[in-house]
Amino acid sequence: MTTQEVALPQLRRRAPGWFERWVGHDVYRTLKGLITNPISVIGLVLLAFFIFVAAAAPILAPYPPGTSPSRIPRDGFGAVPKPPGTEWKTRQPPLPFWWKAVTGKDKWVHLMGTASGQWDIYYGVVWGTRTALLAGLIITACGFIIGCVIGAVSAFYGGWVDMVLMRITDLFQAFPFLLTAMTLSAVLTPKLGKGLLPPAIALIMFSWMGFARLLRSDILSLREREYVLAARVIGVQDTRIMFRHILPNAIFPTLVLASMRIGSYAITFAGLSFLGIGAEVGYPDWGQLLSFARNWMTQLGDYWYIVVFPGVALVLFVLSWNLVGDALRDVLDPRLQGSR
Amino acid sequence: MVNYIIRRLIMVPFLLFGVTVLIFLMLQFLSPVERSALYVREIPKNELVLEGIIKRYGLDQPIYVQYWKWLVGTTDPRTGERVGGILRGDLGYSRTASQPVAELLARRFPATLEMALLAVVPVIAGGIFLGVVGAVNHNKFLDHAVRIFGIVGWSFPDFVFGLLLLMAFYVGTGWFPPGRLSDWANQVVMSPEFHNYTSMVTVDALLNLRLDIFLDALRHLVLPVISLAYLWWALTLRVTRSSMLETLRQDYITTARAKGLSERVVINQHALPNGLLPVVTLAGGTVVGLLSGVVIIETVFNYPGIGMAAANAASNLDVITVLAFVLFNGFILVIANVIVDILYAYIDPRVRLD
Repeated sequence: MTTQEVALPQLRRRAPGWFERWVGHDVYRTLKGLITNPISVIGLVLLAFFIFVAAAAPILAPYPPGTSPSRIPRDGFGAVPKPPGTEWKTRQPPLPFWWKAVTGKDKWVHLMGTASGQWDIYYGVVWGTRTALLAGLIITACGFIIGCVIGAVSAFYGGWVDMVLMRITDLFQAFPFLLTAMTLSAVLTPKLGKGLLPPAIALIMFSWMGFARLLRSDILSLREREYVLAARVIGVQDTRIMFRHILPNAIFPTLVLASMRIGSYAITFAGLSFLGIGAEVGYPDWGQLLSFARNWMTQLGDYWYIVVFPGVALVLFVLSWNLVGDALRDVLDPRLQGSR
Repeated sequence: MVNYIIRRLIMVPFLLFGVTVLIFLMLQFLSPVERSALYVREIPKNELVLEGIIKRYGLDQPIYVQYWKWLVGTTDPRTGERVGGILRGDLGYSRTASQPVAELLARRFPATLEMALLAVVPVIAGGIFLGVVGAVNHNKFLDHAVRIFGIVGWSFPDFVFGLLLLMAFYVGTGWFPPGRLSDWANQVVMSPEFHNYTSMVTVDALLNLRLDIFLDALRHLVLPVISLAYLWWALTLRVTRSSMLETLRQDYITTARAKGLSERVVINQHALPNGLLPVVTLAGGTVVGLLSGVVIIETVFNYPGIGMAAANAASNLDVITVLAFVLFNGFILVIANVIVDILYAYIDPRVRLD
């Protein structure tokens, strides 16, 4: 029997390149959307900058060997902040190798001034990038995982399991977020010691509800689709349908939500340390640095650098995540595609 | 409709019960000694006395007995007095404020309410206006401007924004100071001639016909209200914009335009009522969010409301006090959500069916 070759009309304008074949069409389309959208490009560039600063922190702001970067170096103990460019007097940390080449001087100065207590703001801002990045990523990742497990279990089993889990979700949402996180970290602090752990755990505990609800509703709507029915008809196992057919398709909106939450969790985390909950005094954290400004409310005109440097860092950091998340949502939400 | 309301109301006691259980569980992280602040003013140092107190208030009993006592209170076997019991309004004793928590709440709440009430109208009205402007000028310059305004506002941590406002409008000029009242005004308010009707200074000042005090109180409220408003605008305008965009794409809008109605009528009378539906849910959340989200704003502006008291208590690890605030806010949140849901079902009949 001979088969006749039928010339199919060219559906694709071009053949997929090696990169597209490697990452898959959907991911390729998403990435392409991200780098062709000017808003997300700004976000990505900012984000890349912060990741660079976090990674290069030991080069940008080196610590004396043997000391831990969990405390900002301080130049004496005086209460009055010093302006940017003041020379480092006591206990000067080692000079970074690029310093002399860039400035031609061989004295380390306080690049961004010092806060009251002579904590160096530059060190705080640079190493605080690590704290913010870690806090945002870890809190969101943990909340995302908990939310996905609860949402998936809820949608998969349905019935009373769904009922109970969703009521628990309602209950957690009935709590004022910041206030509860504050309380939980105050409760946990005596058990775990003062540090980053209590506020992080507290935020994780109250961060999973949005993910759970979104994933659950997406799974529920996908479950009714024909291709799932088809898989069921040919006898594919339930767990396999769940993990191979439904989850990979349902997880995208939840991932977008996660990317948009990273910035806001970084804000909340910094907010808690601004209020004096969480990190110990002197820990490199932007919120902590900003809280030094509270003592100098009436003289902020003179001591602007306590607010401006960490404040701008925090705003840009959150902005970068929000820009990327916003663009990601536009790229992935098919309903928005025609309107752009 | 009645059916829906009843179904929704049945949930309330369960949610409230859940809130109390979760808060009680958080209390269990504390040692019995610390928990005795629920019933006694001073926690004694002497260990023998301490043991007596733990026995007397049943802090060593099974957890469900303790929960019940925490809810309805317990009788002091020595004096026969009834102490504790959150349902009786006894929330324990605040270590940081040196007074019963309920008293602290009652004294601080009017200040917070005043700020939230002042902020709520500009927040909702401004957010809706900007959102509609963005949607109507979709993908034009104004739309981009509104989107950028929104995304920047969404990214601004409230404390950074507040501090920058203070730098711009207080430092140097002294126009809008932090705090709640100037010293002279505070003296007047404390004096016996000044009647406290509501404990909200702006309202009381007007009722006492003291325009100078009213203006002074307003001057202190300008910056906190602006910072609250800006952050919530970002959220409101996003929701309004996307929901208006969706509505403007509907067939009936095209029909209205095809009939030759002016764009103004199409937007104000045909699109807005439907486009604002999701905003109603958000508005309910805004009121609650303003009430509980003031923690940081009050701290930045040194404004003596419940938020600042809570922040102060939390940073001093005074758990009894903060938990009482969480309880209070949680109750408000549950009740407010029910009201919003019912309102929403009333204006959008589709909700009742589900």
